[in-house]
Amino acid sequence: MVSLTNLRKFLLVVLAGIALSACATQGKKGSNIAGDVYTGNDTVEYLATGVKDRVFFATNKSTLTTASRDTLRKQAAWMRKKSKLKFTIEGHADERGTREYNLALGERRANAVKDYLMTYGISGSRLNVISYGKERPVNSGSNPLAWSQNRRSVTVKAE
Amino acid sequence: MKKILLFIFYLFIFNNSAKALVEVDITRGNLDPLPIAVSPLYVESGSLDIKQGDKIIKNVGEEISKIIEINFKRSGLFNPLKKDSFVQKPDIAHVKPRFEDWRLIKAQALVTGKVTVSEEKLRVEFRLWDVVAAKEMVALAFSTTPNNWRRVAHIISDKVYQRLTGEEGYFDTRIIYVSETGPKTQRYKKLAIMDQDGANIKYLTLGNELVLTPRFSPKNQLVTYLSYFRNLPRVYLLDIETGVQEVVGDFPGMTFAPRFSPDGEKIIMSFAKDGNSDIYTMNLKTRVVEKITDHTSIDTSPSYSPDGKYIAFNSDRSGLQQIYVMRSDGSNVKRITFGKGLYGTPVWSPRGDLIAFTKVRKGKFYIGVMRTDGSGERLLTENYYQEAPSWSPNGRVLIFYRETKADSDGKGFSAKLWSIDLTGYNERLIETETDGSDPSWSSLLSK
Repeated sequence: MVSLTNLRKFLLVVLAGIALSACATQGKKGSNIAGDVYTGNDTVEYLATGVKDRVFFATNKSTLTTASRDTLRKQAAWMRKKSKLKFTIEGHADERGTREYNLALGERRANAVKDYLMTYGISGSRLNVISYGKERPVNSGSNPLAWSQNRRSVTVKAE
Repeated sequence: MKKILLFIFYLFIFNNSAKALVEVDITRGNLDPLPIAVSPLYVESGSLDIKQGDKIIKNVGEEISKIIEINFKRSGLFNPLKKDSFVQKPDIAHVKPRFEDWRLIKAQALVTGKVTVSEEKLRVEFRLWDVVAAKEMVALAFSTTPNNWRRVAHIISDKVYQRLTGEEGYFDTRIIYVSETGPKTQRYKKLAIMDQDGANIKYLTLGNELVLTPRFSPKNQLVTYLSYFRNLPRVYLLDIETGVQEVVGDFPGMTFAPRFSPDGEKIIMSFAKDGNSDIYTMNLKTRVVEKITDHTSIDTSPSYSPDGKYIAFNSDRSGLQQIYVMRSDGSNVKRITFGKGLYGTPVWSPRGDLIAFTKVRKGKFYIGVMRTDGSGERLLTENYYQEAPSWSPNGRVLIFYRETKADSDGKGFSAKLWSIDLTGYNERLIETETDGSDPSWSSLLSK
């Protein structure tokens, strides 16, 4: 039952990912933003060598892009090796939305990541979710690049 | 927190039948504010100075009159006249104004008064005079403790406002908000409370944990807000008189966007689980939790109608954030916004006829009002970022917060509290010691 729901979610995520990657090519060259999603590495940190800690989202969306799914599969592979570690997935939004909606949106983004990690075999009990809405931007600018870096979900090791 | 002290009112002359010539037209905004003279309240001989902390208030009568003038000026409906043009002395004017003198300086209304200060007691009487008709309109006296002298000024302002506009005032009220300091990437936020005019700021939390969206109960001195205490974002209840706080309900996840029901007995809020936010209520007495919406979309920012029969909220069930209205049991959900752009943070007016909201369109943020069926949209103010309107208890003024654009280093960012009239006129900054956001207006402290 559980795996069935997860599978359905997984399929949805894959389909949405295809749709998104189709329009991603329209992004400006050199801006590190494809469509509306940040594709650069400027704010990214690493959980381990080659394992990025975060994925980025389009405005008002919680869909995982192809690149995000790639990052999360690497996270899952690493998490499987570190079976004793627990994680917190932080969901964030940019400053261009109302505060309360952004809290919900951050929660939705963090859960999209959690669901994806779970389809790759990570137990939900190891994954805690928290939304910060627009309260913890990583880039304090008020411009499209800053907003794209702030629309993110970050996986951190839980203490 | 300091207890709200009881005021003892006694009407010493009741003059209700007098037909007044002066009245303020409140439908037009601040186009033609009423010229009013506020004579300094006469301090009776033998009165003491008021000691407040390390401050000594020497002439409390004059201080009170200044606060009344500021209230009037900020309302946009009155034009307080300069005191240096006043001819009559305060003590004589209070007994029997020479109306010709006041007419000469174009005053249409006059406020006079007298204060007596003893160790324990501040006794105040004031009169409102119709200068044009040469008549007394209001006469009222009351007593309180000397420390409450600012509230005396606000109460007089409310009585005058009510007599001249026909509507209840909003000056003897407080505002709870979030005080903000520090850089944008690491903001410290504390709950703060102040008088409506920005005086008497007090901080209610230390800033150790993130706090957001405080809202006053319409009935008492309770506040509900979101706190990240122990990194668990939950809705809390705080008694600002006792300082006692508690978590609202026992939810296995984030609760947020709290507000009180109009009777003060329930909290309505969102509960987020597995990427889905729905609206719930909890009865504060019975602790019964009810699920109000059940939809795979984000349903949040709920606000009751003042009769408690309906709830407005925003949802992205249509794809993007829009405002909906439903019965308070969750039935009969209707979308009410169909304009271009996103709509959020609906807040039902205390009069019941309007809903204030935040609108986002083409990279701009607007505060607006519309009828409860979504018709008659009026956008009051446009800016880079502003949201979260809260109504004055008389439904006449909206307070909200506005953030400024930052450069690529985050410089130039600020968050400030602003107010604007329902008419779209009279936009004003409310000055606070620190940056501020998420303001919520209390009901009148004394009625």
